[in-house]
Amino acid sequence: MNEILAKRVLTPVTKLIVVKTPYVAQKAQAGQFIILRVRENGERIPLTIADFDREAGTITLVYQEVGLTTKLLGQLEVGDCILNLVGPLGVPAELPEKGTVVAVAGGVGVAPVLPKCKAMYERGVNVISIIGARSKDLIILEDEMRAVSHEVHICTDDGSRGFHGFVSDKLKELIDSGLKMDEVIAIGPMPMMRATCEVTRPYGIKTWVSMNPIMVDGTGMCGACRVTVGGETKFSCVDGPMFDGHLVDWQEAWRRANYYRDEEKAANDHHCQCGGGK
Amino acid sequence: MAVKDRVPMSMQDPKERARNFLPVALGYSEEEALAEASRCLQCKNPLCVGGCPVSVNIPGFIGHLKKGEFKEAIDVIKGTNNLPAVCGRVCPQEHQCESKCVLGRAGKPIAIGRLERFVADWESRQGEITVEKPASNGKKVAVIGSGPAGLTCAGDLAKLGYEVTIFEALHTPGGVLIYGIPEFRLPKDVVKREVDYVRKLGVKIETDVVIGRTMTVEDLFDDGFQAVFIASGAGLPMFMHIPGENLNGVYSANEWLTRINLMKAYQFPEFDTPIKRGRKVAVIGAGNVAMDAVRCALRLGAEKAMIVYRRGRQEMPARAEEVENAEEEGVEFYLLTNPVRILGDDKGNVTGIECVKMELGEPDKSGRRRPVPVKGSEFVMDVDIVVMALGTSPNPILAKTTKGLEAESWGGLKADPNTGRTTHPRVWAGGDAVTGSATVILAMGAGRQAAKDIHEYLASGRTDW
Ligand SMILES: Cc1cc2nc3c(=O)[nH]c(=O)nc-3n(C[C@H](O)[C@H](O)[C@H](O)COP(=O)(O)OP(=O)(O)OC[C@H]3O[C@@H](n4cnc5c(N)ncnc54)[C@H](O)[C@@H]3O)c2cc1C
Ligand SMILES: Cc1cc2nc3c(=O)[nH]c(=O)nc-3n(C[C@H](O)[C@H](O)[C@H](O)COP(=O)(O)OP(=O)(O)OC[C@H]3O[C@@H](n4cnc5c(N)ncnc54)[C@H](O)[C@@H]3O)c2cc1C
Ligand code: SF4
Ligand code: SF4
Ligand code: FES
Repeated sequence: MNEILAKRVLTPVTKLIVVKTPYVAQKAQAGQFIILRVRENGERIPLTIADFDREAGTITLVYQEVGLTTKLLGQLEVGDCILNLVGPLGVPAELPEKGTVVAVAGGVGVAPVLPKCKAMYERGVNVISIIGARSKDLIILEDEMRAVSHEVHICTDDGSRGFHGFVSDKLKELIDSGLKMDEVIAIGPMPMMRATCEVTRPYGIKTWVSMNPIMVDGTGMCGACRVTVGGETKFSCVDGPMFDGHLVDWQEAWRRANYYRDEEKAANDHHCQCGGGK
Repeated sequence: MAVKDRVPMSMQDPKERARNFLPVALGYSEEEALAEASRCLQCKNPLCVGGCPVSVNIPGFIGHLKKGEFKEAIDVIKGTNNLPAVCGRVCPQEHQCESKCVLGRAGKPIAIGRLERFVADWESRQGEITVEKPASNGKKVAVIGSGPAGLTCAGDLAKLGYEVTIFEALHTPGGVLIYGIPEFRLPKDVVKREVDYVRKLGVKIETDVVIGRTMTVEDLFDDGFQAVFIASGAGLPMFMHIPGENLNGVYSANEWLTRINLMKAYQFPEFDTPIKRGRKVAVIGAGNVAMDAVRCALRLGAEKAMIVYRRGRQEMPARAEEVENAEEEGVEFYLLTNPVRILGDDKGNVTGIECVKMELGEPDKSGRRRPVPVKGSEFVMDVDIVVMALGTSPNPILAKTTKGLEAESWGGLKADPNTGRTTHPRVWAGGDAVTGSATVILAMGAGRQAAKDIHEYLASGRTDW
């Protein structure tokens, strides 16, 4: 169960794995995620299903090593099994059938954007993608995105490739240049999603974001994943993770995501001191 | 060596136990158990049995116990109760078996729960239990959820020869016994032992499967299961919908307890899941869940651990014993007090709760006197963690994803109370998923009834409904 069949290092801190999990692959749809645990003492963390192959019974996960669990996951090699993996969780994204959609992705956010672009591209939506990263070596899944987009714009914060600036700035440029779009999907770090929403807000362009709050069970049981959307409390794991970005209370979301900052650091330090043992 | 008074059970000292997760009640020694058993009158018409939702043959097992026949005693209990080590610890005996014992009329009833626990613990000390796996009858039944209702139904059906698979959403089986009830009241190795027993009967347990997501109920039928028992519990937390509820430091009791019990956050950083160890923790509510939550807060090192409850002492729904235990450990009670707003600092962390004092007015629908706010009595409590223990309701995921399966407006699945039959042919349901939060023993009873009815249905060869 949950065997890693393939692994690719996309950037020094971003990895892609293909995991054998037939039941999840059978039901997965764009926008859904899984929760996994890598060891007996381990934490449950959510990762988006970046791709799936029902025939092969596999799903693809792309993750950035930001803390203890993602680092431990990064140490697993082809042939290793992930201890626990449950899904698909969350509601599938409501994707349009036609028109023009701009997909804006920052950093590892390209991974969750990819299955949505693929689904829309296959049904004939005009997909325009903007993908960005701090610098050119950190751009991931470019070929995969080109295969499912009619147009791809690359952005880097340091200007080492493509557009010099944030993905949200590029989006603004496209809007100002007169590009008509029906919807925007923005996925990536929270500040990037928030900035993108501020760009589209004055134009009233519907903007979907994928919230990534802290989660525990992923089935609606704990409420850790609360986000305020349009003044109402939602549980991201069962009501989301996709929400209308113009209605999200970003300040609250940002604070909640950082609640365990000190503990996360402590866990990492503790692990390093123990020499990476179990 | 008959004794007159109920033999007390030794407990960890309140001051000490308030700071550790070790068991609070230490159990009877052999002598103590024999002494307590000797008080039982072995009634011809034992009233105690009528107080037990699964009709454990109480005089039967106590009779063996008196003679030191522990093996026979456990066999008698297991005839009707698959989870004696659990029930002996967490059944509200004072409202059930013990409330009916004749000795209660003039003195203290027999400590039936403690004796049950003693016998079950005795068995566990005898090493690995060997169970004869019954021969298969070739029929497959699926059970959704591995709490007491699911485990009981699965165990009973396995004994009858069915090939049973339990599907569990979490990574560890046991339901609330694992993620909700804390280690100091119900050690997790006790639960694990009971789960292992069900496994030994031949039941397969597939963890990490959310029915309604990973597979649907229809998929189970397509996979050859002939009947499905839903025992998915009542896991959805309620909030108060007051301002400040999404501040950092406001937990649902479910999240608080899940982090502590299932994820072992109290052993952080040996375990990876963190939890905030508050200095001043307020738990809102006064049921069993609230008592567990507030006692966990003490054990995580809180200087002040408080219960905030809008009604009075008489109205508290928690077991009297648990309230007493909490009080001894130093929990403070703010009764007739209702939170109206949670206050936070500029970082979004909780700093206090604004509360209003309440007084009791006319009785409401539940027969309890309705609390009404006292004008102008608002005050601020200084706290850094708030745990909402306001109750839970069934998760809608199965009703939503299963055509023909109907639920009440509050979420409970519609099911015949005597058989567990739902509105969907070939689907049964029981436990908290049907009743809303209740008790371990009632969930077990429902699992047992459903197993009986499923057996009757499948043995009859009927395919209509
Ligand atoms: C629905 C969803 C989909 C996601 N998809 C992806 C993805 O495809 N690729 C990817 O790289 N990341 C994804 N994330 C984020 C990923 O879950 C976190 O990076 C991961 O949990 C970090 O764990 P850690 O132990 O390595 O780091 P930690 O040191 O524990 O945490 C680093 C940061 O990750 C966040 N985090 C920590 N624990 C959790 C948790 N249990 N749940 C959610 N966030 C947490 C916190 O904001 C924290 O500041 C997703 C999150 C959600 C909610
Ligand atoms: C903190 C706390 C303390 C308590 N203390 C006591 C006590 O002292 N005495 C007492 O008698 N009772 C107590 N109770 C109540 C008692 O625990 C419950 O009534 C009992 O556990 C209900 O059993 P169940 O089998 O119906 O459901 P649960 O024990 O809730 O088990 C349901 C299981 O189903 C799983 N599940 C849910 N949905 C799905 C799905 N779609 N697919 C797969 N799996 C799913 C859940 O993950 C869970 O493991 C307490 C409850 C709590 C929360
Ligand atoms: S199962 Fe519970 S109610 Fe029944 S005899 Fe045992 S302790 Fe009493
Ligand atoms: S009613 Fe009390 S005394 Fe009589 S058999 Fe039951 S436990 Fe014993
Ligand atoms: S993660 Fe627990 S309710 Fe969403």
